[in-house]
Amino acid sequence: MLNAFYQVMRRELLTAFRRIADVFNPLWFFIIVITLFPLGVGPEPQLLLRIAPGIIWVAALLASLLSLERLFKDDFSDGGLEQLMLSPYPLSLLVTAKIIAHWLLTGLPIILISPLIAVLLSLDLNTYWAVLFTLLIGTPILSFIGAIGVALTVGLRKGGVILSLIMLPLCIPVLIFSTMAIDAANFGQSYIGALAIMGAMLVTAITLAPFAVAASLRVSVS
Amino acid sequence: MWKWLHPYAKAQTSYELAGKLIPWFTVVCCISFAVGLVWGLAFAPADYQQGDSFRIIYIHVPAAILSMGAYTSMAVAAFIGLVWQIRLSDMAVAAMAPVGAVFTFIALFTGAAWGKPMWGAWWVWDARLTSELILLFLYLGVIALYNAFSDKVLAGRAAGILTLVGVINIPIIHYSVEWWNTLHQGASITKFDKPSIALSMLWPLLIMLLAFATFFGALMLMRFRNEILQRESHRPWVKALVMGGK
Amino acid sequence: MEFVSWADFFAMGGYGFYVWLSFGATFISMLGIVIDTRMKRARLFKQVRNNIERNKRMQAARSMENTL
Repeated sequence: MLNAFYQVMRRELLTAFRRIADVFNPLWFFIIVITLFPLGVGPEPQLLLRIAPGIIWVAALLASLLSLERLFKDDFSDGGLEQLMLSPYPLSLLVTAKIIAHWLLTGLPIILISPLIAVLLSLDLNTYWAVLFTLLIGTPILSFIGAIGVALTVGLRKGGVILSLIMLPLCIPVLIFSTMAIDAANFGQSYIGALAIMGAMLVTAITLAPFAVAASLRVSVS
Repeated sequence: MWKWLHPYAKAQTSYELAGKLIPWFTVVCCISFAVGLVWGLAFAPADYQQGDSFRIIYIHVPAAILSMGAYTSMAVAAFIGLVWQIRLSDMAVAAMAPVGAVFTFIALFTGAAWGKPMWGAWWVWDARLTSELILLFLYLGVIALYNAFSDKVLAGRAAGILTLVGVINIPIIHYSVEWWNTLHQGASITKFDKPSIALSMLWPLLIMLLAFATFFGALMLMRFRNEILQRESHRPWVKALVMGGK
Repeated sequence: MEFVSWADFFAMGGYGFYVWLSFGATFISMLGIVIDTRMKRARLFKQVRNNIERNKRMQAARSMENTL
């Protein structure tokens, strides 16, 4: 069973690395969105510090939304999804592998370039740690919740807009708690509570979302 | 145990049952609406603090309660549809969503129109208003997803799954918004919390609640019948109904 | 009765605009969804009827073909 898990994940990573540009595109998008805000509201460090949590998280949300669309699209059009469903292993396990692989390709790069964001938005070290931790816990939640939306819309021709319509409201708690944590760090307070709640949300998402994704895929593929 | 329920899993039986129920709901709705409106607008006393603007409560609160009640019943229907594979249940989800969305809109609109004279702004990022706004987004998501599928059987199942995902999220959203609100606003708006409401105000409120509930029931059944007609349009009984009926 | 005259009633103690705005919007949106539901029903009936008539025409044409 674990072997199947690894195989699916390996295959996902391999196919992604063959088309490396797809990995970088959401990353550029993330950086560009973050650049737009200082250009829009002005370069004062005080102001940027105040709105940094919101900017970072809204940009992360949009970037993950952009990249999520591809999660099941190729497998849906070339029949790979049916193969997954026909396999003797539980579909929820296999989609978990796919989601984790997807996070490694889209969530992790955002975390890796986060020092650059800290420089762009003139964050201090303490705030940067909060940004790093919230991204580390929060982006997997986005991937898991978003996967449900993708699974529901993968069979639709104009799934993109619908995907954002149904996914963004569900992501609001992540946005609230992560910006809360960064804000608290900004004011030098402890932000461990918000992180703990996000951790609980991540655990919930990991346990429940795969089943919803599997059920949704069965609807979309039938 | 649930044997008596099985005949209603057949579309035609449900269609006819819904048809029998609609007039009752309509009558109760019209009467309670008339009574509640006249009582609430003309006979109930004005609030000593808020004056006559308080009368908005007679539509605001029932709409807000039912906007959440509608989502809960959608989730129950979606759960039944998903677990026992009853397709009519998915149709019920699709039938309820637009009505619930309208109630949510009413709750938001009247909340804004009440907030303007009371708080001095059409919109404040109050925890309840914000939760209600997100609830409206959830409704719109379900409706949009349902409409995006051309195969209505699949659409119903997809909408059901989304409804269930949403209902798990609603408490999380609610508490996160509440926490966010207290952090950012310092709980400035406690004016409406726990209004120890007088009986002379409570009665019309309860009647209006009944009116909204029966409105929801009647509309939901009407839309439910529409959904059945749409999906069964090639069945002989539908053809007989269309040619014989009107 | 809380109000002494019709004008008093419509003024709602100075909050008339907000009260009638909310009640009006509620009424309009409720009416809107009722009309939408009725129209959808009428449309469905028409659709089914059109379908039946088309089938009849097709059948008639086919039987005509057979006789010729």
